[in-house]
Amino acid sequence: MILVRDLRKDYRVHQRPPGLRAAARSLFRREYKTIHAVDGVSFEIAPGERVGLLGPNGAGKTTTLKVLSGLLHPTSGEVHVDGHVPRRREAAFLAKITLVMGQKQQLMWDLPPAETFELNRAIYDVPRDTYRETLGELGKLLELGELPARPTRQLSLGERMKCELAAALIHRPKLLFLDEPTIGLDVSMQATIRAFIRRYNQRSGATVVLTSHYMEDVAALCPRVVVVDRGRVSYDGGLDELVRRMRPEKRVVLHLERPVDRADLAALGTVVAHGPAEAVLQVDQAGLHGAVSRALAALPVRDLTVENAPLEEVMSELFSRSRAAAAEAEREAATP
Amino acid sequence: MRSVLSLRALPVMLRVGFAEAVAYRAEFLVWILSTTMPLIMLALWSAVARDEPMGRFGQAEFTAYFLVTFIVRQLVGSWASWQLNWEIRQGTLALRLLRPVHPMLAFAVENLGALPLRVVICVPVVAIALLAVGSGPLPRSPAAWGLALVALAGGWLITFCASFAIGSLAFYFDSSLKVMDVWLTLFLVFSGYIAPVELFPPAMRVAAEWMPFRYQIGLPVELLTSAHEPAAALALVARQWAWVGGLGLAAVLLWRGGLRRFAAYGG
Repeated sequence: MILVRDLRKDYRVHQRPPGLRAAARSLFRREYKTIHAVDGVSFEIAPGERVGLLGPNGAGKTTTLKVLSGLLHPTSGEVHVDGHVPRRREAAFLAKITLVMGQKQQLMWDLPPAETFELNRAIYDVPRDTYRETLGELGKLLELGELPARPTRQLSLGERMKCELAAALIHRPKLLFLDEPTIGLDVSMQATIRAFIRRYNQRSGATVVLTSHYMEDVAALCPRVVVVDRGRVSYDGGLDELVRRMRPEKRVVLHLERPVDRADLAALGTVVAHGPAEAVLQVDQAGLHGAVSRALAALPVRDLTVENAPLEEVMSELFSRSRAAAAEAEREAATP
Repeated sequence: MRSVLSLRALPVMLRVGFAEAVAYRAEFLVWILSTTMPLIMLALWSAVARDEPMGRFGQAEFTAYFLVTFIVRQLVGSWASWQLNWEIRQGTLALRLLRPVHPMLAFAVENLGALPLRVVICVPVVAIALLAVGSGPLPRSPAAWGLALVALAGGWLITFCASFAIGSLAFYFDSSLKVMDVWLTLFLVFSGYIAPVELFPPAMRVAAEWMPFRYQIGLPVELLTSAHEPAAALALVARQWAWVGGLGLAAVLLWRGGLRRFAAYGG
């Protein structure tokens, strides 16, 4: 479905220091720097997969998504999406994809979303019966109710995002590129959007490529993740495997009937959190069984759960390791 | 395939363009007020011609010329340059690029969608013009009417293509609005908007004939007020359509080249 080989995208960026003198100088002589936003990314995605494209800010994930959807021309490399070269933006290609950007909207600001739906119906040449059926389904899944009839500017952010998703799916695309679709939404709206995306994928078999800084989005939607950092892929594989590899230890969450001493907890594993009614321990896989048995025997435990390390921590560690490796490589390169 | 899809979508695109123009009606009315320069010029030139005509222009001719200029100005308007400049800088052009309809066509249809509202504004001016000077200056044959309408279409196309080409410069520079300001200044001087081209000093008149601005407003007005013999009119319309072709080509080339540089900033 998607094949990316050695994709590179460079930007030439004008740079000038602050101040009047620098501003005056930039009138006559401008200095540019080349930024390697994407620096040799390769991956493949099969039809129907849900893949998370993760990375810190400026890692190149949104740039990759924009190249995949044909918005940006790559500097070099090979990109194929369902048999198309995206940068050609053929009508057949555009009819197969959609890109939802959490920070941009296609809904016309002063008109009701229903006008954008109808415009998209006409532009994508969706037969009226199919349009009514699709809109009915989307309306039910997203609980749109009367929202499409109200002017877009009068909708809340969450309501707009629901209508935005509906507008993006009127033509039933086979490929969903989602760039931070839940940004700024409250927890309940995030859950609604996640559930909707998952159902759409399961019902239609559409491929989903998602970027998000909310790890709940990734955990709920993406069995596979491609981690991009400094324009390069630093991990491509299962989310569970990534967690196991980065943080093989388990978290034991103890709900306590009464407060216990920190020393008693430390005897079982590394204390991550310690409160009067709850404590969290980090225990390696081999010692897990023993630690749990000892905790149940020796401590006033009301309830106990065993979890993986939070995904945020896993990602944060992955990014900091990657930054450290890059800094080391730079130091080595600078050493004569 | 794209052109077939686009053509089928045209009626809905036009209707949505009209709905948008209606939604921005207050802004639209303010824009109309900003195009009343011909009415001010009418008062000015009529006063000048009170004692003796200037060339073939007496008070009645000036009245006909500037009322028709006001109407033509409404009909050939395009704001693609400002829209495109804004969308390129903000990165929101990305959303247009995702749709299987060429953005040039989409901008054109959005601009044309506002035409019915502009026609409504023109109706009272047409009535006043007919009351003031009668139908005498209007084209007298279907062929002359046809040529005037072709010139009107040509005027709109020159305005749109130039606007789209200048808007596309935002792919190359930080902003293309200053280029549009230069265009509008030259337009104001050479289009026949503030004075009929035939009253220009000879050197300026020659310059006006070789530049595109006169063909945006002046030529359609001249043909709607029967200022030229058929042969001369045909030659001028041919020159106008050469500009349509040239500016259309420039718009397409600037767009294509610019698209490779599009960074889709933001988001």
